[in-house]
Amino acid sequence: RLLIVYPWTQRFFDNFGNLSSPTAIIGNPKVRAHGKKVLTSFGDAIKNLDNLKTTYSKLSELHCDKLHVDPENFRLLGDILIIVLAAHFGKDFTPACQATWQKLVGVVAHALARKYH
Amino acid sequence: MVLSGNDKTNVKGLFAKIGGQADDYGAETLERMFVTYPQTKTYFAHFDMAKGSAQIKGHGKKVAAALVEAVNHIDDIAGALSKLSDLHAQKLRVDPVNFKLLGQCFLVVVATRNPAALTPEVHASLDKFLCAVGNVLTAKYR
Repeated sequence: RLLIVYPWTQRFFDNFGNLSSPTAIIGNPKVRAHGKKVLTSFGDAIKNLDNLKTTYSKLSELHCDKLHVDPENFRLLGDILIIVLAAHFGKDFTPACQATWQKLVGVVAHALARKYH
Repeated sequence: MVLSGNDKTNVKGLFAKIGGQADDYGAETLERMFVTYPQTKTYFAHFDMAKGSAQIKGHGKKVAAALVEAVNHIDDIAGALSKLSDLHAQKLRVDPVNFKLLGQCFLVVVATRNPAALTPEVHASLDKFLCAVGNVLTAKYR
């Protein structure tokens, strides 16, 4: 969804092959694999909520020094993740749930941007 | 950022599905916004913030009506919302960042209530539409 809703985010994925249409993006195996990577990383965050800075220290350096990703993109990804969760959980994704998750994605984005220089 | 023909079709289609529940969508959008982004409450210090408050319902109805109006005049959102644009510029002066927050909450409401309708393509169109509305409402700020 990130690549479809905010197409400029495709700039980081030149080697992903065909991203020319929503259908191509949805069916793209590299997109799927990367989505799995990202969500797994989110899982790590949740297991280490008291220690996010350390948990994401290396990833932060990576995103700055090697990947050159503008931290604004972490915010965009977070917002998209919220929408996906909302669609998945429906009514169970209560306002309180949304508020908590918005805080979580904000904190993760902050941790990922922390080592930028 | 321009709304394509496809975008307009997608947005109209989605709002057709929302139909008469628009008022509820509006109220829930505000409720979520106040809970998720507490700083947005600063514009509503005079409101009763309890769940289901008449003021939140009433204001949700207004917000929904404005969105519906924009959809019905999607080829000229600036024209359709001209008075609202003046109001926000001269009187309300809501900081522009808040329209994105409102937009995010509206998207969440659509997602929770209509997951099947919010395909990635429709999601993209709706996001663009909400951006366009926010831009119109802040267009005369300076």
